[in-house]
Amino acid sequence: MSAGSVPSGYEVNDPGYPTPQENYLTNSKGILSWAFTLDHKRIGMMYLIGVTSAFLLGGLLALGIRLHLFAPDGILFNNALFQWLAPDKAPNDIYNQVFTLHGAIMVFLFIIPSVPAALGNFLVPVMLGAKDVAFPRLNLSSFYLWVGGALFFVMALLASGLDTGWTFYTPYSTTTDSSVILATTGAFVLGFSSIFTGLNFIVTINTMRPPGMTWFRMPLFLWATYSTSIIQVLATPVLGITLLLLIAERTLHIGIFDPEYNGDPVTFQHFFWFYSHPAVYIMILPAFGIISELISVHSHKRIFGYRFIAYSSIAIALLSFIVWGHHMFTSGMSPITTIIFSALTFTVSVPSAIKVFNWVATMFKGSISLTTPMVYAIAFIFLFTIGGLTGLHLGTLATDMHLHDTYFVVAHFHYVMVGGTVVAFLGGVFHWWPKMVGKMYSEAGGLLSAALVFIGFNLTFLPQFILGSRGMPRRYATYDPEFAPLHQMSTYGALILGVGLFVALFVLLMSLVNGKKAPANPWGGATLEWNCTSPPPFYNFERPPVVGDPYEFGDIRWDTELDRYVKVEPQRERVPSETPAETPAHASE
Amino acid sequence: MATTDAGLASDAHEQPGHGHSDHGHGDHDHPSYLAHHFDTPEQQFDSGKLGMWLFLVTEVLFFSGMFCAYAIFRAWRPEVFEGCSQFLNTKLGAINTGVLLFSSFTMAWGVRCAQKEQHKLLTVMLATTLSCATVFLGVKAIEYSHKWHLGLLPAGLFSYDPSNPHPVGGPNYLAYICAPFVAITIGVAIWLVVSFLRGAKFQLECAKPLLVVCLCFFVGVGLGTILESGGEEGHHEDDHAVVASTDGTAAEHGKEHAHADGDQHVDHEEPAAAAVASLPAAGAMSNDSADLAVLERLASDATNTGLQDELAARKAQSERSGGGILYDVSDDASATVASAPENVLRPSRAGVFFSIYYCMTGIHAIHILAGIGVLVWLLVRSIRMDFNRNYFGPVDYVGLYWHIVDMIWIYLFPLMYLIR
Repeated sequence: MSAGSVPSGYEVNDPGYPTPQENYLTNSKGILSWAFTLDHKRIGMMYLIGVTSAFLLGGLLALGIRLHLFAPDGILFNNALFQWLAPDKAPNDIYNQVFTLHGAIMVFLFIIPSVPAALGNFLVPVMLGAKDVAFPRLNLSSFYLWVGGALFFVMALLASGLDTGWTFYTPYSTTTDSSVILATTGAFVLGFSSIFTGLNFIVTINTMRPPGMTWFRMPLFLWATYSTSIIQVLATPVLGITLLLLIAERTLHIGIFDPEYNGDPVTFQHFFWFYSHPAVYIMILPAFGIISELISVHSHKRIFGYRFIAYSSIAIALLSFIVWGHHMFTSGMSPITTIIFSALTFTVSVPSAIKVFNWVATMFKGSISLTTPMVYAIAFIFLFTIGGLTGLHLGTLATDMHLHDTYFVVAHFHYVMVGGTVVAFLGGVFHWWPKMVGKMYSEAGGLLSAALVFIGFNLTFLPQFILGSRGMPRRYATYDPEFAPLHQMSTYGALILGVGLFVALFVLLMSLVNGKKAPANPWGGATLEWNCTSPPPFYNFERPPVVGDPYEFGDIRWDTELDRYVKVEPQRERVPSETPAETPAHASE
Repeated sequence: MATTDAGLASDAHEQPGHGHSDHGHGDHDHPSYLAHHFDTPEQQFDSGKLGMWLFLVTEVLFFSGMFCAYAIFRAWRPEVFEGCSQFLNTKLGAINTGVLLFSSFTMAWGVRCAQKEQHKLLTVMLATTLSCATVFLGVKAIEYSHKWHLGLLPAGLFSYDPSNPHPVGGPNYLAYICAPFVAITIGVAIWLVVSFLRGAKFQLECAKPLLVVCLCFFVGVGLGTILESGGEEGHHEDDHAVVASTDGTAAEHGKEHAHADGDQHVDHEEPAAAAVASLPAAGAMSNDSADLAVLERLASDATNTGLQDELAARKAQSERSGGGILYDVSDDASATVASAPENVLRPSRAGVFFSIYYCMTGIHAIHILAGIGVLVWLLVRSIRMDFNRNYFGPVDYVGLYWHIVDMIWIYLFPLMYLIR
């Protein structure tokens, strides 16, 4: 130990490395020990593998879209190979199915569960200092519901595809021959998976906090997760009933959404967006939480405006329920309604901007380490700002009339969903990867992936803003030749983005093969997950953790002898109130 | 030491609530009902209760979609809702309301029994709650099968014919609905006999109340049949209303008849048939002359080609429907019927009411079925005497669920049955 840096009366708290018996990854073996596990960390890892597979599938479909759009008349789905694969399908029909499945898979199978279910499952109890989530069995069942929903989507893909767009708008979705029922059943099941995860987290955060973990000592990731969970619990049931009614509409012709039977398609849109707009915040709020952690830890500086960031998450969660109408400005609403929805939409930008300002203020005069997670976090701030500001163009009634259903919308939500959520997700995975698997990845490789993702992403979607403002409609399989250069730029960008994502995957997987052993606290973070070994032991904490300020970096020191960060804290005897009697197991060590 | 404990801990983890007290980090004295990751029974109870309340919130929001659909369509077509509501049998609805209210009472009493460790009484209360649930389903089976027989179905399948309100033949829907319940009842009866012969005391204790519960379904069916046929006695007096409604000029008479007699003859189909027959044409719904004038003014701008098309379409439509578009035809039912005969009894209009009716009551019935499932689980556990003053959470949570299912019915009953 570098004894000189430790004041008297203080001790260095360094958990060291876990033994294989403690390590949650190795403490029980065999496929069944994973399939029936109730450990939130293992469930989180299974989610991580699941959502990554879904991301891969959705990403390949996206590459298909971009390649097809390389030429004005399309080059992919009308070539000989696809004609041979699906002789009875017109190229444009294939295109419709590909973009629909890209959207549906990315939204329902990847983005919604990505951060809350994969990272959230792993992190929420550990960050909270709890042994597990409140309902471990419910947690496992929500994972299997996710798997079930994914299987329905795969069946829809294999049966006769899906060509309604991920929004399932009526009346087309009640008349098309594609597998709407399979896909909506899948989305219905996935909705329950999402509800159960959200419910679990709300209860966990409410009732499982250890002594000392007050609401305002919670890491901001937990605040973000809590807000997300509120939306999941309140919005998803409405999607459930909407999809159920849509299934009934297709099978029994109940005449609620189908104009052929005196139903009203706009009602469907209201129902759908009442869920799906809040769902946008299910996707982005946990990303905000990740960024709050990343910026603070890698700037080695207390987060600026903790309470503002915490409250702004809750504010976004509440506001998300009253802005759904901005998806329907051109669908036929009364002028007064559109004005109200437009005004409410602008209010969302206030809490979002508060977060961005606070992150930037946190970095100001911080001791920034440009690690891979930090580079992703900075990329997030840049991309999310563009995504957020272009949202204002779409929330403005007059400009939305022009931009609605153009590539401008596509670019806007990809800046928020990919530039925001996916980049934050990658940053989060890089940040917590040493904690999850106990191995350090190649920093150079991580930085390369971040650079490729950033360049590729911007090259893909910046041109789409221009395309959209010039009138290129979304979801078209062909286009006027004047749009060709921008479309080609976008396609090149998509390829670079794809390479960047594969590099990221490769770097992470290689770390399992030849990565250095990760210390308990590789980045010098102050939240509780860095107090336990990497990977965490089965029960997360050897002894109940001492809950302190999650952003107090003063007692995190770099130990030159051990070559890693350690926590210098008062000797435990001095704070008897916070530590229950030591376990015999620990005392005997 | 810590390492061996971690090995044990993994076993305990796979079966929470089944007993390892040594987890290698100090939570000794865990009673068998306390899951490993909770520190105290209070924490476990609070978590469960909060979880249940959140689940109920999702249930309310789940139904809220259908309540919204109800509100929208009723606001658009109040006359359809009032007319079609007369097809619903108020007596049966009222009985089901009473049955569910009583079951909520026994459920709440059951929670009290669990807290006070009155094991026998808890079993009785749960069995009574279950019996009420099956009576409810039995009555519902009568209601549904009767309506299906008449062709009162969702919009796409609606085939009610006012000139032939009592079709002969057709599938025996009641038999289809009852078949699974008959099978289950026979199964339970066999289980009871077998467990009696083999002397399996615990299984016998479980089978006895469950057989009563199953039989209560048929009590519900019987009750429903009696009341449904009681309503049918008056049919022949009103046949003239049916005839009248097929004849456009007399439809108004039929409508008056419906309004006049609706209160006394709540269970009769015929006045309702007349009411459906006198529904106004589609044009009356959203268009009026003011609308058209605004449209004309806007369309006078030559650049507004879209509106010009719209105007042309509306004018064509108003010509087709004999000018009905220009004034509120709902005041003049006979004119509507005469001028737009193809609109009369268009299945989609009455059908939407039944769509919403079947969606709401059907999903409610599914919730009753789910409630029966968890109540049976509780019944078995209560016979096993799992619950005590420190551990009654599951009874409490299921009770909450059961009350919300009742609550939803209490909203459905007036909204569906009592709106005329």
